[in-house]
Amino acid sequence: MADVALRKVVKRYDDVEAVRGIDLDIADHEFIVLVGPSGCGKSTTLRMIAGLEDISDGDIMIGGDVVNDVPPKDRDIAMVFQNYALYPHMTVAENMSFGLRLKHYPKAEIKARVTEAARLLDITDLIDRKPKQLSGGQRQRVAMGRAIVRNPKVFLFDEPLSNLDAKLRVQMRIEIKKVHQKVRTTTVYVTHDQVEAMTLADRVVVMNKGRIEQIGTPNELYHKPATRFVAGFIGSPAMNFIPCRLEDVGSTLQIRLTDRIAFPLPPARAARYNALPRTDKLLLGLRPEHLTESHAHLESGVETFDTVLDVTEPMGMETLVYFGLDGTPVCGRVNPNAGAKDGAPMRLAMDLNNMHLLNEETGVVL
Amino acid sequence: MADVVVEQGQAVRAARARKPASLRNVLGRKSTVAFFLTLPLILLIALLVLYPAVYSVHLATLNKSMQKFVGFGNFLFLFKRDTFWMVVKQSCIFAVTAVFFKALIGFIVAHFVHNIPAKGQRKWRGMLLVPWVIPPAMSTLAWLWLFDPSYSAFNYTLSFFGIGPINWLGDNVWARFSVILVNIWYGAPFFMIMYLAALKSVPDQLYEAAAIDGANWWQKIWYVTLPMMRNIIAITALFSLIVTFANFDIVRILTSGGPLDQTHIFATWAFKVGIEGSDIPLGASVSLFMVPILAVAAIFILRDVSKRGNEA
Repeated sequence: MADVALRKVVKRYDDVEAVRGIDLDIADHEFIVLVGPSGCGKSTTLRMIAGLEDISDGDIMIGGDVVNDVPPKDRDIAMVFQNYALYPHMTVAENMSFGLRLKHYPKAEIKARVTEAARLLDITDLIDRKPKQLSGGQRQRVAMGRAIVRNPKVFLFDEPLSNLDAKLRVQMRIEIKKVHQKVRTTTVYVTHDQVEAMTLADRVVVMNKGRIEQIGTPNELYHKPATRFVAGFIGSPAMNFIPCRLEDVGSTLQIRLTDRIAFPLPPARAARYNALPRTDKLLLGLRPEHLTESHAHLESGVETFDTVLDVTEPMGMETLVYFGLDGTPVCGRVNPNAGAKDGAPMRLAMDLNNMHLLNEETGVVL
Repeated sequence: MADVVVEQGQAVRAARARKPASLRNVLGRKSTVAFFLTLPLILLIALLVLYPAVYSVHLATLNKSMQKFVGFGNFLFLFKRDTFWMVVKQSCIFAVTAVFFKALIGFIVAHFVHNIPAKGQRKWRGMLLVPWVIPPAMSTLAWLWLFDPSYSAFNYTLSFFGIGPINWLGDNVWARFSVILVNIWYGAPFFMIMYLAALKSVPDQLYEAAAIDGANWWQKIWYVTLPMMRNIIAITALFSLIVTFANFDIVRILTSGGPLDQTHIFATWAFKVGIEGSDIPLGASVSLFMVPILAVAAIFILRDVSKRGNEA
C-alpha cells in the first residue's frame, strides 16, 4: 500500500501534448477515478503511472519514491486492462499466479494466495479453466484476481467494464467496490463513464484536453462544479446552460433569461453575484431536477414560468420534458403524474436556490 | 376413422417405394450436390497426386528394365547399400538442421522487423524477402561462385584474416555445411514473413500485462510470444520440413551430391540412381522413402496443432 503523487507530469507525442502538466496527490487506501471524454489523457496518465509510457516531463512518485525511470515490473503495481489481457494458453490459476511464479514465491504461498483471491472473487470453480471458456464477467474477475494475488502497492484499472453489457457492468461495479472495501489497496481507475466515476470513487478527477478540470468527491463535483466542462460532464441528463444576464430592478438583482422571462434572485444568490458587471455574457446552469412542475406551495427562490413542451420522455419514476427558451434546448424532470404531454403547454418551476452562474467566455462557475 | 389410417399407411409406403427410383430426388440430395461440386477438385487431385503416387509405387516394384515384378526387391537391395543409409542420414541432418536454423533466424529477424516503425517496415520486409523470391536455381549459381575454392569472394575475404583457402564444396564437412547454409539463406525469409504475421497478431496488452507481472524480455518471449505462436511455428516447421526433405536444386547445383555422395539427399540421389543410372524403379524406391518419415513427423505436429486449436 502506498500513496501516489504526480508532479507537473507531461506527455508529448511528437508535437502533440496528450497530458499537459498534471498535479495529483492520491492518499494511501484511496480510490481515485480519472474520468473524461476520449482523448482527454486519462488513459495516458494511468499508463504513465504503470510505467507503460515514458513521461516527457515531471515526476511520478509511488510511496514517496520517484519512479520516473523504474520499469513497470519494479513499481509494484497491478493493472486490469480493458480487454482483460489474460494469457490465453494459461488456466485461470496460472494466469493469476504468473506474476508470483516469475518472482519465485514458494509454491504453498502461491496456492494460498490464489485460493484466497479466487474465494474473494467467487471464481473458485473456474480455477482450472482457460480464459476462452469464461464469460466476459468471469474474465473480468480473473483479471482482478491476477491483480489481487500480487498484493501490490497500487491497483490500476483501465476502463475495465467497457467490454461488458450494461447489466453486468452495474454488477461488476459493485463487485469492484466490495473488493476495494476488503483489500483497501490504493486504486487509480480510468473510465469515460461518469456514473461509474461517481459510484466508485472516493475522489473523482475530471480531465479534459490533457488537463485536470477539477478534483473532488462525487458530491462536490455534482453540486459545486468549478467549470462549465465539469458541470456539463457530470450528471445525466446533463446540466442546462441558458444564456442570461443580470439586471437591477430597483434594489433587487434579477436574472433575465428571455425578453419575457426574468426572475429576482434569492437573497443569498443576489449577495454572491451582486459584484458582477451587468454587461457580462452569462450562462445560467441548472440541473434538470431543479426544473420541475409547478405546484401550490412553492418555497422562496422557486419561480414559475409557462412554456410549451417539445418532447417528453416518460422514464417511469420521472418524466423528462424538453422545451426551448429562445432557441436554447432545455431539459426538466417532472413527476410522471404532472400531465406533461408532447406539444402541450405546461407551467414549470425553476429552483434558483440551486442555480449556478457561469461566465460564457471563460466557462468558469462564478 | 380406420379407413383413413389405412389410406395414410398406403400413401407412406407408396412414397417410400417411389423415392429411390427417382433420379431427380437423388440429384436433389444435398450430399449429391456436394459431391458434384467437389468433383473438379477430386479429379484434379486424382490426376496430379494420386496417379503419380500410385504410379511411383508401381514403378518401385519393377526390376531395372521395368519388365518384371520384383515386389519389395528394390527396397531390400537398398537396405543393403551403405550409400542408401548415408543418404538417409544426410537427408535427416540436412532437413532438421536447415529447418531449425531457418526457424531460429526467421524468428529473430521477424522480431527485429516487428520493432521497426511502420513507416520503414515495408522496405525492410521487401528486401528481406528477396532470397525467397529469386528462383533458387539462379541464386544457387551465385553461391556456387562465392564458394569457388580459388577465386571466390569468401576465400578472398578470409585470406585477409589468414584463414583458408577453404575447399567449400570439395571437403565433405564443408560441403555439407555449404548446402545447408544456402538452404537456410533461401528458406529463412519464409519463416520471417510467417512469424512476422504471427507476431503482429499477439495483442500488445499481453506484453504490457507481462511487463507489469514482472517478466523480462526473455520471459516475455518464453511465456507470451512462443505459446501464442506455437501453432504457426508447428505448421511452418512441418511445411518447411517437407519442402526441405524434398529439396533438389540447391544440392544438385552446388555439389551434385559430391564429394563421394556425401551431400546427397533423397531427391538428388533418386535422380542420380533413377535418371543418370537408368534404374527408374530403384530411383522411385528411394524417393518413396521420404513418405513414411514425413508422415510420422506430420502426424505428431498436426496432432499437437489440433489439440491446441481451440485454445486461443
